[in-house]
Amino acid sequence: MKPFGNRREQLIYYTICSGAVFVALTLVAIVAFVAIKGVGCISWEFLTEIPSRMGKEGGISSAIVGTLYLTLVALVLSVPLGVGAAVYLTEYQPRVSRFTRLVELSAEALAGIPSIVFGLFGFVFFVIFLGWGWSVLSGGLTLALMILPTIMRTSQEAITAVPVEFRENSLALGATKWQTTSKIVIPSALPGIITGVILSIGRSVGETAAVLLTAGSALGMPVLPTDPARSMAVHLYFLASEGISMERAYGTALLLIIMILIINYLANLSLRRFSYRLKG
Amino acid sequence: MKETLIEKLLFFSALVSILAIILIIIFICSQGIPLVARVGIKNFLFSTTWDPANGQFGIATMLVGSLLVTIGALIWGVPLGMALSIFLAEIASPRVAGIMTSMVELLAGIPSVVYGFFGLAVIVPFIREYIGGPGFSALAGAIILGIMILPTIVNIACDAIKAVPREYTEGSLALGATRWQTISRIVLPAARSGIIAAIVLGMGRAIGETMAVVMVTGNVTRIPGSIVEPVRTMTSNVVLEMGYASGDHQLALFATGMVLFIFIVILNLVVTASLKAGE
Repeated sequence: MKPFGNRREQLIYYTICSGAVFVALTLVAIVAFVAIKGVGCISWEFLTEIPSRMGKEGGISSAIVGTLYLTLVALVLSVPLGVGAAVYLTEYQPRVSRFTRLVELSAEALAGIPSIVFGLFGFVFFVIFLGWGWSVLSGGLTLALMILPTIMRTSQEAITAVPVEFRENSLALGATKWQTTSKIVIPSALPGIITGVILSIGRSVGETAAVLLTAGSALGMPVLPTDPARSMAVHLYFLASEGISMERAYGTALLLIIMILIINYLANLSLRRFSYRLKG
Repeated sequence: MKETLIEKLLFFSALVSILAIILIIIFICSQGIPLVARVGIKNFLFSTTWDPANGQFGIATMLVGSLLVTIGALIWGVPLGMALSIFLAEIASPRVAGIMTSMVELLAGIPSVVYGFFGLAVIVPFIREYIGGPGFSALAGAIILGIMILPTIVNIACDAIKAVPREYTEGSLALGATRWQTISRIVLPAARSGIIAAIVLGMGRAIGETMAVVMVTGNVTRIPGSIVEPVRTMTSNVVLEMGYASGDHQLALFATGMVLFIFIVILNLVVTASLKAGE
């Protein structure tokens, strides 16, 4: 393409490039800062011991378990619902239908709701109205609603991308609609669906406000789904904002960032596999 | 038989989103509206006295707080986001663009509480040391939010810019326009509706953000005299007091959430209208 010509154009060019460099440096600065300050805190004890004295001492094992537990509960509900909704809209509804539009609008609205409002809803609905108290169940189901739009939208895109011939061939061979959907369409779209699920895991792991209001902040090890739990993100919030232990806060933050890095890497990997598979 | 049962189950899955949004509206409003009715809508929105112990529920200071950090975030987040979008769509080689895109994805993936922690550990002391005030301030919130809204802005704005037909750019260049003239007078105006949507969604992200803000803004319920003074946002108000609030106090927090929700609905309507206008 034509280069940026005169001095003024070049000035604009460098301004734009320096904006991009600035963003990159900011990201590197955040990650490097947390990594350098936090790496000394991470040890076997930090990962495996239950916090004591509000987190001033001990490790963060119950917070790690709490995070994974909440995420698991969220996925158990939102993956079947999200993928099911996507399958219904793409395979069982005409391309343009008012029902599809309505569901999509609702999902868009859900996606735009701030996490604190989800927290309020989860509190009044799961914790109070259904009487589940601050628990892994209340927190997990609140998270499930938060990640449902992502799973639904990415699944919809992945399923739509499966070539029509796949379905036609299967139907022509005498397979029923559900056989075609479950044995041909969903497997072909699977890596795309998994990408959405992985991204949702990232969102659940990092979510704080909604979890604080629905799962509580108890420091004990959650066992039953009805037990209260504290996630790593909530733990980090208390450690840092109440000045309990900055050292452990850095360690927790580093662990969160490492998890997100792994999750993003896996999501990219699965996306690449998906485009590869569809190309044949 | 099995086929129809499955279809019904799938139909139910699709219904969940609709049900969820209806339930959320009903449950939040059923808590918030009675209190706002009792206190008076004018009093609730425009009184600067938030004193739950004495039944005073005015959220004016938090409206100002939310708007201040949001506008502050947009002032530097939007130009930066636009520069990055133009860089990704028009300037960067595919390799560089790929690396930058993964970086933006990582920015989007970093939990908000980690941003808040970074703000608390780095930006707050920096402001206290070099700019003045207690450090915990609207400015600190605006700086952190400006970074956090970048992925939202870049994802949508970049797509909008890329969607401008190649012929427009080629036509403009063929007529002798320079590259910047082409970008600023042809590409950006053609992508206008997407760019507006990106900015408004970024605004929604900023106004709804909780953890990063609560950790760096100081959370004082007073109208700030300058941007280096502390503020409390609507979101912070909820997360700070929900743990111990009861009775009317708790209802007032739901009412705060309801006002926030209304803001988000309005912003989303603007986005939909803007995208429709672009078609």
